Parts: sequence; C-alpha cells; structure tokens
Amino acid sequence: MVGPSGAGKSTFIKLMYREERPTKGQIFLNGYNVERLKERKIPYIRRNIGVVFQDYRLLSNLNVYENIAFAMEVTEAPKKQIKRRVPEVLELVGLADKHNSFPNQLSGGEQQRLAIARALVNNPAVIIADEPTGNLDPDTSWEIMDLFEKINFRGTTIVMATHNKEIVNTIKQRVIAINNGQIVRDEHKGGYSYEG
Amino acid sequence: MKARTFGRHVKEGFKNIARNGWMTFSAVSAVAITLLILGVFLLLAMNINYLVETVENQVEIMVELDLTIEPTQINLIENEIKNLEGVKTLTFVSKEEGLVQLKERFGEDAYLLEGLEEENPLNDVFIVQAFDPQAIDVLAEKIKQIELVTSVDYGKATVSKLFTATTWIKNIGMVFIVGLAFTAMFLISNTIKITIYARRREIEIMKLVGATNWFIRWPFFVEGLLLGILGAVLPIGVLYFGYKLLLDSVSATLSLSFIQLLPLYPLAYQIAILLVGLGAFIGIWGSMMSVRRFLKI
Repeated sequence: MVGPSGAGKSTFIKLMYREERPTKGQIFLNGYNVERLKERKIPYIRRNIGVVFQDYRLLSNLNVYENIAFAMEVTEAPKKQIKRRVPEVLELVGLADKHNSFPNQLSGGEQQRLAIARALVNNPAVIIADEPTGNLDPDTSWEIMDLFEKINFRGTTIVMATHNKEIVNTIKQRVIAINNGQIVRDEHKGGYSYEG
Repeated sequence: MKARTFGRHVKEGFKNIARNGWMTFSAVSAVAITLLILGVFLLLAMNINYLVETVENQVEIMVELDLTIEPTQINLIENEIKNLEGVKTLTFVSKEEGLVQLKERFGEDAYLLEGLEEENPLNDVFIVQAFDPQAIDVLAEKIKQIELVTSVDYGKATVSKLFTATTWIKNIGMVFIVGLAFTAMFLISNTIKITIYARRREIEIMKLVGATNWFIRWPFFVEGLLLGILGAVLPIGVLYFGYKLLLDSVSATLSLSFIQLLPLYPLAYQIAILLVGLGAFIGIWGSMMSVRRFLKI
C-alpha cells in the first residue's frame, strides 16, 4: 500500500484491526463483517490479525521469549502449546539464539523481527504492517522483506503500508495507491508510481 | 474463566506490585496516610458518639405516685408502664428505699432526717428509661396520663438542650467522615492512575494481540485490591497501638476518669475490618476507573 504522507494509509490499517470505525461502507476480514461486530467479539477477530508497527511496540521489561509468549498468554493458550510454538516462530524469524535478550539489547532489525514473530505466533490469516521498514537502513529493510516473503509463502496474507520505493518496485506485488483517502490505483505486479 | 487463567491474573497482579516498586510505594503511602487520617477521625467520632450515648442513657423519667396508693395499685401501674412502647427499664423505688437513699446522700447530716420513718413524706417512685432517649418526652407524656401518677420529671429543659447538642455533634462527625472518605478515594485513584499510565503501552499491546477487556482488567483488579489492603495495614497498626496507649494513660490519670472511652475490643476489630474493606474498595475502584480509559482501543 503506497501513498503520500497523510493520504490515509495508516487509517486504512487502523480500520482493518478496528481501532478506527468507518463513517460509511463495510469491512470484511476473513469472512467477518468487522463493522457489524459486537464490541466484545473484537478481541477474537484480532487474534486472526497480526499487527507490526514502525516503532516495534515491544514490552521493554520482558525478554524476547516472554514478549512472544505474552501474545499467546492473552489468548489463554495452553502452556504446553506456548512452549512448543514460541521456539518455532523464533526459529522462523532467526532469533532463536537471542531468546533471553531484552529488546534494548537488540538492533533495530532484530527488534522488528521480534515484533513480526509476535504478530505471527497466533497463526493469523493476515499480517498488517504499518511502515515496518521506516526506521531501518536499506540492508536491514531487505532482511525484513525477505522474512515477509517467507511468511507469505507459508500462506499468510501480508498487507504493508510503505514509503520505500525501491522495495515496492523490486518485489512486484499487488500495489494499492491511496491519495486523499481514496484508492486511486490497484495493480497486480505494480510499481511505486506511474513513472516508476 | 479457566482456573489457570485466574492463577495467572493473581500472579500477574503480585508481579506488577513488585515490579513497579516506587509506584507501589507511593500508592500504598497515599492509601495509608488517608486511611490513617480517616481512622483517627473515625475513632474520635465513635468515642464522641459513645460519650453522647452514655450521657443520653442517663436520661430517665422519675414517676411519682400518689401518696395514698395501695400496693395492688402499684402493681397495676407497673404493668401499665411496662406495656407502653419504648420502655427499656423500669425500677420501683418505694418510699422506704427512697428515704434510705436520701439518708445515704446526706451522709453525716443524716440525723436531720431521723423520725421521718414514722410519717414518710416521700412518694413511691418508678424510674423509667427509654430505648430511644430522644423520644423521652413522648413517653413521659403518656405516663403522665396514667391514674394516680402525680408527676413525671425528666429535666425537660436540660434534656432538650443536650439532645440538640448531641445531634449537632453526630452530624458534624458524619460530614467529616464522608468528606474524608471521598478525599481518600480521589487521592488514591489518582495515584493508581499514574501507575497504570506508565503501563499503557502494555495494555495497548494486549488489546492489539486480542486480549479480552476482562483479561486485561483482572491483574489490575488484583493489584488494586492488594494496594488497598497493604495501605490499610499500616494505619491499623498505628491506630491499634496508639489507641491502646491512650486507653492506658487515660485510666492511669484519675482526673480524666469521668471520660468514658470505648474499650479496645471489639472496637479494634471494627476499625480494622472497616479500614481493610475501605482500602480494598478504594484500591479496586481506583484501578478499574483508571484502566477503563486505556481499554478504548
């Protein structure tokens, strides 16, 4: 998802996980009408969505393992399942050897991979990422994109809002361009802009 | 809720108390100080109330009977008064007993009363106490209607002044205590709000990964409860020993013996239960109110 600052990319993302409500229209996510959902049902649909932010949003007082286990604990998953699943996702994002580190001991790229592991741990149908590479250098950004690609191959849809022209033009995925709160373009194998 | 989840909430509540050491300290101090002030006022008010009640209970009606009355008629009147509404105690003082009491009161000058046994000028008397001393005038009026009762006396003017004063004292005490309780609640919920504010990121993440609102609330519920109870322990201790010391020194000082203080028990239990309950309520209420704001994501 591309578009200039203030175009409505973040709002689009917030609408998907129901932090914002649409003034009109409807949103379907994994077969549920998000807009019609009762307030107390919202937590359950959020378990089907993993959210990744530019600023990682990790809990600084928990270590790598606990940060991920936390996301499973809140869904009241059995302990056994947590013990099995957390090392799995740590392996997938390449942080298996850092499970005892705290977020402030990790590099930016590692922190973002931790955030992705947390988003992934409950096996969501969709991962939504709001400028996940915004705070990272180009090489690290590509590491993150490779990770997303790997996750995507395993069958998880990834929706990503970004300003990174190079990434969009290289991966050649579906591109939705937003401007002034409107979808102005929706292309498969699209680029960052018409000129690009 | 699963038992395991409940265990997690309790553990999490304790962990938060330990983890946010300074925040816990400040919240507990706020609870402790306000409850201490409240407790002091409560003790004061309860003792004033006790004093007032002791004084009120000393109010009694003296019912004088006709000089020519027969013993059978006395029994009839006794039954009649007993059947009146609101009579707590009824004591009969015969004219002979009255004379003995009067002599005792005269002490060394009792010889002045000698010879009165032959022709006792005193009346037979009933002394009546009411369940509700404040309603003594109504009762007195009813007794006065009974035949062969010559007069009723309960010091009308003094008693009505006394009751006006005691009602005032009670009301002012109530206002003070309610006001203090509200101040305590405000202070404590504010302190807890600060501790929760520091953890809004945690709540936000919990919401994002799909925690239900009650899943988020429970640890805060436990935490608020603990803060309140911890905050009540210190003032209970201080009040207990302080009051004990006060009782000891008052009973040691003869000059103050006219002041009757409430005994340590069951007062200590009452105050302890009240303060713990109040602390727990304030803690829970404060943390629930504060967490509410952050659940709206």
